Amino acid sequence: MSEGKRDDRREEKRDPAGTPEVGKGPEQPAAEQAHENLPTPAGERTVRQVGVRRGMFGVRGTGDTSGYGGLTQSIAFPGDAQRPYGGWYDDVADALEVATRGAGLDVAAPRVVIHRGEITFHVRPDDLPVVARALRDDERLRFELCSGVSGVHYPDDAGAELHAVYHLLSMSHNRRIRLEVAVPDADPRIPSLVPVYPTCDWHERETYDMFGIRFEGHPALTRILMPDDWPGHPQRKDYPLGGIPVEYKGGSVPPPDQRRSYN
Amino acid sequence: MGLEEKLPSGVLLTTVEGVAGYMRKASFWPATFGLACCAIEMMTSGGPKYDLARFGMEVFRASPRQADLMIVAGRVSQKMAPVLRQIYDQMPEPKWVLAMGVCASSGGMFNNYAIVQGVDHVVPVDMYLPGCPPRPEMLIDAILKLHDKVQHGKLGSNRRNEVVEQEAAALNALPTSEMRGQLR
Repeated sequence: MSEGKRDDRREEKRDPAGTPEVGKGPEQPAAEQAHENLPTPAGERTVRQVGVRRGMFGVRGTGDTSGYGGLTQSIAFPGDAQRPYGGWYDDVADALEVATRGAGLDVAAPRVVIHRGEITFHVRPDDLPVVARALRDDERLRFELCSGVSGVHYPDDAGAELHAVYHLLSMSHNRRIRLEVAVPDADPRIPSLVPVYPTCDWHERETYDMFGIRFEGHPALTRILMPDDWPGHPQRKDYPLGGIPVEYKGGSVPPPDQRRSYN
Repeated sequence: MGLEEKLPSGVLLTTVEGVAGYMRKASFWPATFGLACCAIEMMTSGGPKYDLARFGMEVFRASPRQADLMIVAGRVSQKMAPVLRQIYDQMPEPKWVLAMGVCASSGGMFNNYAIVQGVDHVVPVDMYLPGCPPRPEMLIDAILKLHDKVQHGKLGSNRRNEVVEQEAAALNALPTSEMRGQLR
């Protein structure tokens, strides 16, 4: 019963030619998490693997006591989307090109990714304020709201270890897009978006606190969650989980990332 | 036999400590220190169903200067620890601390870099209450046990001696992890 229902829903999603609902982007066919099922444009395969996760809790070597020591999962980026993107994605991309060309950018977003029915524009760090201002002000774009700045850390992706992701919402058109900026760990500087979206103030402070990305031009870039004198940036992949041994009668259990292996 | 035999009816003899404890225990003024989900249970305890007013403590004070009991309800982050200590320092003597829930008592499920592994690293705790979160009945039970402790509390030099004794006993106690052959 439930299987049949799910099939129906997939069938609906599989129809990109049909007119999409107002304000809703077209769905794309393959949307599985696994590496081999990442969506790729027809023809060229551009999925890029940037790392592999093994086990849990960051235990190196022989694994941990959780039973998931043999777990392996690849971290892969989906391939670039090809024109036409379908639905309103093309409208947004075209309007963005036109609006930023006026500001002196030849290409606003060198990479565009459509994954799980959501569009992401990968922007060069230096272009970010121009692109964001165009997205906010242009009549055909009108992305009034930046609902957050997320950080991501890919330690094995040399030259682009740290990503900042901006989630934008256009309330005029009922559309959501994402901007993604990648910077190297050695020089993690991104222009601040506070002049364009004042709501980015605390979000950028949080991303700085957790990932160490420096947002240049931010009015007061200080830690927001951790104490001011805290060393390190906790959400980076190489940051230790911490914890103390838990004591029981007759023994103690070390913290999760220091437990021994059974094998 | 003693003095008691010669007293007229209606006169009761006790100690100063007994009277002071009796007065103190019946009128706790808790400070609101809700930090996480335990605070919801703490608020429920003050509501009509569980009704902490039965024990003379329905008024949770927003100012630590008017409070003598701090119920630490929830996990204490490293950043919150100095704030908690300041609240404690602002409370007038005599004062008591109740660590509500496993997080406040020992760090609980948050065994990581961000959470203080037990609020007793920061302030002296008089009563530990397990549970995640504890039911209001458990909180009331812990408060009643604290009442008992306050009732039988000592004063003056007796209190000072008691503190020294308790500290020596705690320092000499066998660590839990070294208890052998007592696995229950």
